[in-house]
Amino acid sequence: MKISDIKTLLDAEVVCGEENLDHDVYSACGSDMMSDVLAYVKDQAVLLTGLVNSQVIRTAEMMDMVCIVFVRSKKPTEDMIELARESGIVLMNTEKRMYEACGLLYTSGLVGNGVRHE
Amino acid sequence: MRRAACSIQAGSSETGSDMSESVRFRFNVDGSNFTTAGQASVQVKKNLRELGIPADAIRRVSIAMYEGEINMVIHAHGGEAEVIVFEDRIEIILSDRGPGIPNIELAMKEGYSTAPDNIRSLGFGAGMGLPNMKRYTDDMKIETELGKGTTITMTVRF
Repeated sequence: MKISDIKTLLDAEVVCGEENLDHDVYSACGSDMMSDVLAYVKDQAVLLTGLVNSQVIRTAEMMDMVCIVFVRSKKPTEDMIELARESGIVLMNTEKRMYEACGLLYTSGLVGNGVRHE
Repeated sequence: MRRAACSIQAGSSETGSDMSESVRFRFNVDGSNFTTAGQASVQVKKNLRELGIPADAIRRVSIAMYEGEINMVIHAHGGEAEVIVFEDRIEIILSDRGPGIPNIELAMKEGYSTAPDNIRSLGFGAGMGLPNMKRYTDDMKIETELGKGTTITMTVRF
């Protein structure tokens, strides 16, 4: 699906990166622990999180992610928005909670595979 | 916004037998502010892209260095980071003058963490830092002395 489809499915508001909504994405992950994202995520392009600080943007950048969705109406700070703009990452927020947001995307075809199994 | 201080040098390798040209990046990692942690890793990622390093190697270097940078800020009040780019590998050297690691074997266990609770509320401190650094690199060496500091040297081959 395209990032614009995520916006529609989650009834989300785009904070920055409007120009990249046409980007195709195939998988996602949801976590508030950036340690876990760095450890277990592989090739997921979208991060759903309820955590709001600059390390969320840096973690996504390190993992080559292209879109971050803040759940429960969490709003990123100006510093975070600036960092995301520098990296071309789309930021959006949705009123939906983590479980519901992940479920909606998953059932619409945005899978979670790529997670490392050992 | 404050940026990580960075200096870039190009010169001959100092590893004796390996005489290939190398490029070095040096950074001071500010340990006073968790918000700015990771700036050096972001910069290294950009620099390595400009040098045309393979994407997989860039990613592994970036993640390992980012984890290390976060660790330096959480545990050691910051330190210094050096990245050396060789023809076939990248070395990352992270040095701090923090408290040292009392038990390396324990620190290498996934899930073991001595990070304070406030760090966990920021999304870190899950005890994945050092294991993750080892996982993403081809070689990792830890030199630590209690009360003096820690130096971690990591190598990513490509």
